[in-house]
Amino acid sequence: MTEHPLPDPDVAIEWLETMTLIRRFEERAGEMYAKAKVGGFLHLAIGEEATIVGSVRAMRERDYLISTYRSHGHALVRGTNPDNVMAELFGRVDGVCKGRGGSMHMFDIERRFMGGYGIVGGNLPIAAGFALASDYLGSDDATLCQFGDGASNQGTFGETLNLAALWSLPIVFMVTNNQFGMGTALERHSAVTDLHKRGEGFGVPGMQCDGMDALDTYAVTCEALRIAREERRPMLVEAITYRFRGHSMADPEEYRTREQVEEWRKRDPLITFGDRLVAEGVIDDERREQIDKDAIARVDRAVAFADNSPNPPPESLYDDIYVLGGQVRGWWSLDERSPTPHRGEDERDHDQQRYGEDATPSTGEIPQQMTAGLQYREESH
Amino acid sequence: MAVETQAGIRTIRYRDALNEALREELARDESVILMGEDIGVFNGAFKVTAGLLEEFGERRVRDTPISENTIVGMGVGAAMTGLRPVVELMTINFALLAMDQIINHAAHIRYMFGGQVKVPLVVRMPQGAGHQLGPTHSHSWEAFFLHVPGLLVATPSTAADAKGLLKAAIRDDNPVVFIEHEYLYGQRGEVSDDPDLVADFGRAAIRREGTDVTIVGVSRMAVTAQRAAQGLADQHGISAEVIDPRTLRPLDLDTILASVRKTNRAIIVEEGWPHGGVGANLAALIAEQAFDDLDAPVGRVTGADVPMPYAKPLEEIAYPHEKQIVEAVLATFGDR
Repeated sequence: MTEHPLPDPDVAIEWLETMTLIRRFEERAGEMYAKAKVGGFLHLAIGEEATIVGSVRAMRERDYLISTYRSHGHALVRGTNPDNVMAELFGRVDGVCKGRGGSMHMFDIERRFMGGYGIVGGNLPIAAGFALASDYLGSDDATLCQFGDGASNQGTFGETLNLAALWSLPIVFMVTNNQFGMGTALERHSAVTDLHKRGEGFGVPGMQCDGMDALDTYAVTCEALRIAREERRPMLVEAITYRFRGHSMADPEEYRTREQVEEWRKRDPLITFGDRLVAEGVIDDERREQIDKDAIARVDRAVAFADNSPNPPPESLYDDIYVLGGQVRGWWSLDERSPTPHRGEDERDHDQQRYGEDATPSTGEIPQQMTAGLQYREESH
Repeated sequence: MAVETQAGIRTIRYRDALNEALREELARDESVILMGEDIGVFNGAFKVTAGLLEEFGERRVRDTPISENTIVGMGVGAAMTGLRPVVELMTINFALLAMDQIINHAAHIRYMFGGQVKVPLVVRMPQGAGHQLGPTHSHSWEAFFLHVPGLLVATPSTAADAKGLLKAAIRDDNPVVFIEHEYLYGQRGEVSDDPDLVADFGRAAIRREGTDVTIVGVSRMAVTAQRAAQGLADQHGISAEVIDPRTLRPLDLDTILASVRKTNRAIIVEEGWPHGGVGANLAALIAEQAFDDLDAPVGRVTGADVPMPYAKPLEEIAYPHEKQIVEAVLATFGDR
């Protein structure tokens, strides 16, 4: 790979700060998972920070970003408050998605971060839909769609690339090739391992970047976005990277050797980029240390915030399934007498009118068969 | 073509009523676009979109490759970012290829992202047996979509509803699975030409008033049930009330319950499979809400529990006709 010159000092420092924030955030998220503060699955992007920061910094503010179930870093790089990202992991009301999505489903409409998606390959058609809307509405917004090497084997990959090329959509598909689709190595899941070549048959030219190098990732993504935006040609960018941690927290990593991980760790983007900033005199060691301390302090505040944020109230269970007011006239979606162990807000009000104030459902009034689940939830936190 | 009966009311085919709805909404709202396989140059597999490409151009009426999951997914994405896409799937069987986008995405996105975004998408698809299309083109699967919170589900059985409900679906901010019927495409009915007339979801229609038994017919079975009701009146002196739910999500259970409380008997008729079906669900709801009003167990008339066969004599007995409905009604009266 060619050695790219550093951007302006302010920019270079911001990149290092953001990569560091993502790293420290992910590490703390892992700790919080071990303490059972975070439930479900937790997929960390440690090792992929240069891919995330380099590519997203190539975007304009109004461009759409869409990602996968490994998406905390994408929210953070777009500027989503770490407090709200951590609160989402904790499943609290102040989470970016009010605790509805969890780790795999981050979203921030204000920053046009259009979500993390739990279905491998499920986000590609949706991303092309953003690009279709941008194109149709006559804007010059582009879409950056990130997915993993595993997703390149889904049917949506071929279908979406074909349609994007056919309709000349302003979209860059970025395959974050971290060498594994979960625990299956690239050469064991893909007959053609040069993933950037896979778009050619669909009319989508490919480019490759060093995903461990934010500068190279930035340069290649800039060019890809320029082509997509100005020439209305979708592009496929393959970022070669590596995740230092397992696929998820529940991964004994039996599919790779310690030596391989160690080899890639020598190219740790935080270390190499930080070293370069020091070597070129952009920062000194003291500043570098301060950046790290600041990131750790920021993540500490996020954890404290998340810990203090309340659980979503039971009466919010049915909120936001539908947009109300049009064809849907109440929280229920089939019929208000549909069998339901939990009740929504409107139903609670209804009960109060019928039976008076005492009728507010409390834990004690939840039917017997549901209490086991509630107890389990309390214990696991 | 259209026959004027009174000012603004014409008798037109169900497929033309759908076409009118699409045309009017395309003309009314620039954010409406159509996507689907062969909807443009070919004018649609069932000619529902005939003439729309010519009138609105290929920017708004888009022929797509055969990629069901992806065209629905693009509809989801475009709906999240300012458009009102209407995606046509050629049959309900092909919707299975798009189930990931319909359920994991269209239905869940608003909820899983904490209400930050809406998905005003309509996915149209026809269902139904009777054309010897065999086990991959003939099913009736309202039940699959009825199952899913986050979706609205419409099953119009008349030309007027085809138009009114489709217009409502396009204007609503929620994802709608809009289930048409291949048999009904050629049926005629009275339809208003008022472009502002929009039908309501969640309001059942009483297609025929009666006092002795309530028959709920879904999709094409609302039509078959009306014929059965006529037979019951003519040959058995039984007065059947026929209810067409029109939409299954939301569901107008009140109208059904009020009828059952009057007639004390209920039969649910659907073309889909018996187990886990619309009838199973409605029977449970009626039993829960109106048990004391029932003089007989709630009956169901459903499609046979088989993949749809090709051979005409087998296909004919694999979905309900008037005869089975009449028999089911008589059974609720014991030996009468």
